[in-house]
Amino acid sequence: MSYNFAYLDEQTKRMIRRAILKAVAVPGYQVPFGSREMPLSYGWGTGGVQVTASVIGPTDVLKVIDQGADDTTNAVSIRHFFARTTGVATTTRTDEATLIQTRHRIPETPLRPGQIVVFQVPIPEPLRWLEPREVETRKMHALEEYGVMYVRLYEDITRHGRVAQTYEYPVIVNGRYLMRPSPIPKFDNPKLDRCPALLLFGAGREKRIYAVPPWTSVKSLDFDDHPFEVEHWDRPCGLCGARGVFLDELIVDDKGGRLFICSDTDHCVRRQAAGSGPEGLA
Amino acid sequence: MYVAVKGGERAIESAHRLLAAERRGDPEVPELTLAQIEQQLALAVDRVMTEGSLYDRELAALAVKQSRGDLIEAIFLLRAYRTTLPRLGTSLPLDTDRMVVERRISAIFKDLPGGQILGPTFDYTHRLLDFGLASVRTDGPPAPPTRREIAEAPERLPRVVDLLDREGLIEGETPDRGGHVGDLTREPLTFPAGRDVRLQNLARGDEGFLLAMGYATQRGYGRNHPFAGEIRLGEVAVELAPEELGFAVEIATIAVTECQMVNQFKGSATTPPQFTRGYGLVFGGAERKAMAMALVDRALRCRDLGEEPASPTQDEEFVLSHSDNVEASGFVQHLKLPHYVDFQSELVLVRDLRAGQGAKAPR
Repeated sequence: MSYNFAYLDEQTKRMIRRAILKAVAVPGYQVPFGSREMPLSYGWGTGGVQVTASVIGPTDVLKVIDQGADDTTNAVSIRHFFARTTGVATTTRTDEATLIQTRHRIPETPLRPGQIVVFQVPIPEPLRWLEPREVETRKMHALEEYGVMYVRLYEDITRHGRVAQTYEYPVIVNGRYLMRPSPIPKFDNPKLDRCPALLLFGAGREKRIYAVPPWTSVKSLDFDDHPFEVEHWDRPCGLCGARGVFLDELIVDDKGGRLFICSDTDHCVRRQAAGSGPEGLA
Repeated sequence: MYVAVKGGERAIESAHRLLAAERRGDPEVPELTLAQIEQQLALAVDRVMTEGSLYDRELAALAVKQSRGDLIEAIFLLRAYRTTLPRLGTSLPLDTDRMVVERRISAIFKDLPGGQILGPTFDYTHRLLDFGLASVRTDGPPAPPTRREIAEAPERLPRVVDLLDREGLIEGETPDRGGHVGDLTREPLTFPAGRDVRLQNLARGDEGFLLAMGYATQRGYGRNHPFAGEIRLGEVAVELAPEELGFAVEIATIAVTECQMVNQFKGSATTPPQFTRGYGLVFGGAERKAMAMALVDRALRCRDLGEEPASPTQDEEFVLSHSDNVEASGFVQHLKLPHYVDFQSELVLVRDLRAGQGAKAPR
């Protein structure tokens, strides 16, 4: 028995592409779609896989990352899935890829026009922790009733002196819809704003697709006296010496020893290949 | 120097090989055949077919074998296969009146047309381990009762609720709107959900979840005073009426268990007191599931009947959004996927907040 190109049948792909078109036409709006049961588990990226399967073509070059890395088990598994069901070329290089499926990160290498990034989304609704009911949150979006989110951020400031939201930091897309930028760290939020690439978000279990078209404004919520800030590390990558990138923390011994290295493995490996090393060594 | 774990590719491949070997177990022990599973673990097969939404005993048996007996995993396997199948048409509603009944009981009338037929049930077995089953029997299979010992069910067995209906004591069944029947596997669930979609959701829903929800209604969380009006198990014909033919053709017979709960309803200003319905239908002999489904169906009908929803069991969005075990299992278990990027963000924040409060800085 053999499956169709990219596993999904053409009717299903068409249905998903229609949802994507609607999502692109209404940036940040969550479009319900007839999510299919995929041969990988819910929570493993079924939404992203369906979106990728619907837009991928034979000439695409696919990159898959999880936590910024190409070699994490789930990234490997999804890359295999598409290599097997489409035969397209795969890469780990951000600049070579036409299509990038990601979980939890946006690559450090700037994206370019023509690229598509597909995000795997667990909970698409930014208001979900404030209002569990879908019936209510849909109404709140329709009425642009986002006051509760500002109140939540304000409560953080009164309690901690700052907004204590570190990932899936809420954004307003195109001046209209409140959107949850999948669980990327807020470090990556600025990369969403006026991004040259098309950004597609797929939530399989929750059956929603949303999008940020190229060059669209994406503003992280903040206050005049508490502007939005990203995380920073007071040390560079322990392998390539990069600064101003998102670092993973590794525990290297049982005495509290730590190593901080780039979360984006492609970025790190290419810097090392170009001769960069840990600061003070290279 | 420490090197981040690489070689996900090799690890996955080895894990698959290890899993295959573990699944097979000790090669000295004969391998299970699908026929053995289908015949001797029939209720596992029934559950997998019901929650997998696919009536195919052989594929369900294969899924049970492949999943090493993890039935939720088996359901997932069957669903992932089912999703690739084309939809050729919509069958006519099953006519359970014309069921070839193997079991039929009513808890509300001592006797009724067609009688009570106990059928193959655990109900009155004493739950004593049968050590005789511990070894393979040499004296041949257990003999089923002879024909004379089994009550002969009439060809057409009227449903108990229809007998009540004739007297107007029970609400009329929701009329068939005809035309489009919702399908959750093609269209996303939206709220408020129609009863067609609600019943489909419950039929696919996790038996354990529905059992707990149904049980909760009995303990006062959305109590609906249920009586088991009728439970019947047997084979029914599936009929399809292709447009170009203009008449119905029988395409299969399937075994189902149907449960009709009869529930109290006090009536309202406009409706005189009458009984109300809760409905459960499952493939095969998944009777516990059918009963739980009927209880939950009735609880979710609270709005239709003008009752004030006060418990999670009556909350359509709560129940329908969390009943699916393939979805639930995936999302709960996805927590074992790497989350170190998000966690790193949290670490940075917690350290900053602690430093702000004068706590010891990290080394």
